[in-house]
Amino acid sequence: MKLIKGYPEYMWESIEKVEETREERLKSTIPRMSLEEREEILRKFHPDYKEGTKREVRIGPNKGDVFYNEIVDLLESKPLIDPDEIDLSSVDYDVDILIIGGGGAGTVAALWAYESGIPKDNILIVTKLRHGDSNSMMAQGGIQAADRPEDSPVIHFLDAYGGGHFTNKPELVKALVMDAPFIIKWHEELGVMYDRDENGEFIEISGGGTSRFRLHAAKDYTGMEIMRVLREKARNIGIPVLEFTSVIELLMDDRGRVAGGIAVNMETQEYIVIRAKATILATGGSGRLHLQNFPTTNHYGATGDGLVLAYRVGAKLRDLDAAQYHPTGAVYPEALVGLLCTEKLRGFGAVPVNKDGETFVHPLEPRDVESAAYIRECYERNKGVETPTGLRGIWLDTPMIEEIHGEGTIDRYFAAMKRQFGRFDIDISKQPILVFPTLHYQNGGVEIDEYAQTSVPGLFAAGEVTGGVHGKNRLMGNSLLDYNVFGRRAGIYAAKYVKKVKLGKLSLEHVRKYVKMLEEAGIKTDRKAPILLPDYRGKKALSRALDIF
Amino acid sequence: MKKEDVEEKAGTVEVFIMGKSYRVPANLTIMKAIEYAGYRFIRGCGCRAGFCGACSTVYRRENEQKLRFALACQKLVEDKMYLVQLPFVPADQAKYDLEKLKPDENVLLRVYPEIARCVACNTCTKTCPQDIEVMKVIQAAIRGDIKKCAELSFDCIQCGLCAMRCPADIKHYHVAQLARVLYGKHLMPKSKNLEKRIKEIEEGKFDEEIDRLIKLSKENKEEIVRMYKEREIEE
Repeated sequence: MKLIKGYPEYMWESIEKVEETREERLKSTIPRMSLEEREEILRKFHPDYKEGTKREVRIGPNKGDVFYNEIVDLLESKPLIDPDEIDLSSVDYDVDILIIGGGGAGTVAALWAYESGIPKDNILIVTKLRHGDSNSMMAQGGIQAADRPEDSPVIHFLDAYGGGHFTNKPELVKALVMDAPFIIKWHEELGVMYDRDENGEFIEISGGGTSRFRLHAAKDYTGMEIMRVLREKARNIGIPVLEFTSVIELLMDDRGRVAGGIAVNMETQEYIVIRAKATILATGGSGRLHLQNFPTTNHYGATGDGLVLAYRVGAKLRDLDAAQYHPTGAVYPEALVGLLCTEKLRGFGAVPVNKDGETFVHPLEPRDVESAAYIRECYERNKGVETPTGLRGIWLDTPMIEEIHGEGTIDRYFAAMKRQFGRFDIDISKQPILVFPTLHYQNGGVEIDEYAQTSVPGLFAAGEVTGGVHGKNRLMGNSLLDYNVFGRRAGIYAAKYVKKVKLGKLSLEHVRKYVKMLEEAGIKTDRKAPILLPDYRGKKALSRALDIF
Repeated sequence: MKKEDVEEKAGTVEVFIMGKSYRVPANLTIMKAIEYAGYRFIRGCGCRAGFCGACSTVYRRENEQKLRFALACQKLVEDKMYLVQLPFVPADQAKYDLEKLKPDENVLLRVYPEIARCVACNTCTKTCPQDIEVMKVIQAAIRGDIKKCAELSFDCIQCGLCAMRCPADIKHYHVAQLARVLYGKHLMPKSKNLEKRIKEIEEGKFDEEIDRLIKLSKENKEEIVRMYKEREIEE
């Protein structure tokens, strides 16, 4: 296949149309949809509304609720361990606070637990990959905080609540927007290099569904910059981290409180007993479950483990019928399929355009609405561009960015994007990129209150694993904020909680009960969960693999 | 078109995973090719998108002497590639208390004295999968130019390949991290808007309005929907 500037020859007819209409596009935009129009397009085209993709939960605290099939599969799976084979009399780690997950939320929780007076050696982070491997690391666009005079936490509240279709838990939204400026201040003190003007004011842009310029960014490496600063701080303090170790079941005590977990060394498969007075769930999202076979922007370990762990101890979940499909995932080149093309590109003026060079939706609708519009354009109106592997996408006209903001803008603010496409000979400052919605974020999860407590004593949760903060749709820039706000709160309130806890006898009785509950509901399955890592082995190799070593 | 058909159409190449030959579809990244061959990653795989530095890979092409470097998730396989991944980098971050460090021109040398051993061989720069001018980062660090060190290194994903290749045992990515936090903390000008907003929140300026929204969300949803619809949008 002959490629010209990274694209197959046949795509150039369409690219030229995009170039022809650019001038006009720079002058006028398409109006935003009304709430009624939004609802209609969501109902018709958003993947959340597709039939046959969800079912009722048959057991546990959410019995009767409808969640995505893949999530219900997790909940209706057998445990990885047989409680009879685990020796709870020998405790390997005895700590005040166990933190499950070494991404953004877990690291922030550890730092604030330490700040709140818990000695470092009484904190333990357990993470299945390396410290910092997480979706937090991959966030590009930015973090919201209403700190400009034209803005206020009240407006931020309205944006987040309306963006979530008024289904968010309002107390959590309050915590999110009111803590936001303090989080940015804390980052400033830690040394995060946010983009600023010469006076020190942050360069803030707009995201989908936000009514003010509110996004703070560090180029398009915002998530990475924050994560590596947090990790450096945790390493300097010397907070213990067990890497390549997964918690596969929570422990309880005989009074029904969560009391640590059973972990497994991913490499030797040896199990480890961790007793903790409080446990913070910070396991992140579930993009690697590939809901409806969508590709995902998520990191390798995003398999929804926390949902299973929490459900087995009886914690309530919510909003797992709504997943976030990021409108602009790459669909070409093949090697980048599903990867995130930051919303910040649209924040800086890039507009989505169909194969004939026509604009068809305002570039900054909330993510679910924007995604639905791209799906409509490709599959109802047939105005998408087909890739050599049979996928369809629409153009995101990135060259508009430098037309608006001047040459060098892409280099300065979009180094990651430019590098990523540049590796495949596509210069995003000169050519548009081909995009389609990709599975991005778990909107719901384990329900928490404003103290980051779940419905089960001793179990706290923060970050993407939780539900309620964003309702059924999260706005851009509120996830980096979420993990900071609630990670911090989890650390602080868990530190408070442990001071008055005296644990009873450790128990895995809840696991036995769960297995019994599955049987009683007539659920017969060989599935086991948590699944820990996805399996991408080639079909041929996998079909001949013998389990002998 | 099915995924398998696509793979077949692209043809196959021969790669050597840790010396062992496998035939894999030509349009795969190194990471996906290793999986196609039947490996399941525990190490050597993280974000799969070029942001985390977990999958640094050393490779050599047949009939070449030169070792080359890439991220397995970002580089396509080529015929006759000899591949190995780097599962871990044994280079320690120095211990320091950022609160007590002053951003003076000797601070980087004090915390990481080994940077003075740099022989300017430029191997680090040639190794970097992000194309960062790593040697210039270290030269700036030696000169005490924290700003330059921070800015030049900003796109670093901390894969550690530079440190593994350095004949002087410099830990470039840790040095650069220190430069960046010193720059962010001490040398970047601070936002006055942020200070002002924090003061307003502490004084309770928004409490009443926010609590009203919470109340409306429970008692009068139509009103809050109206407020949302009518809110002004900054363009």
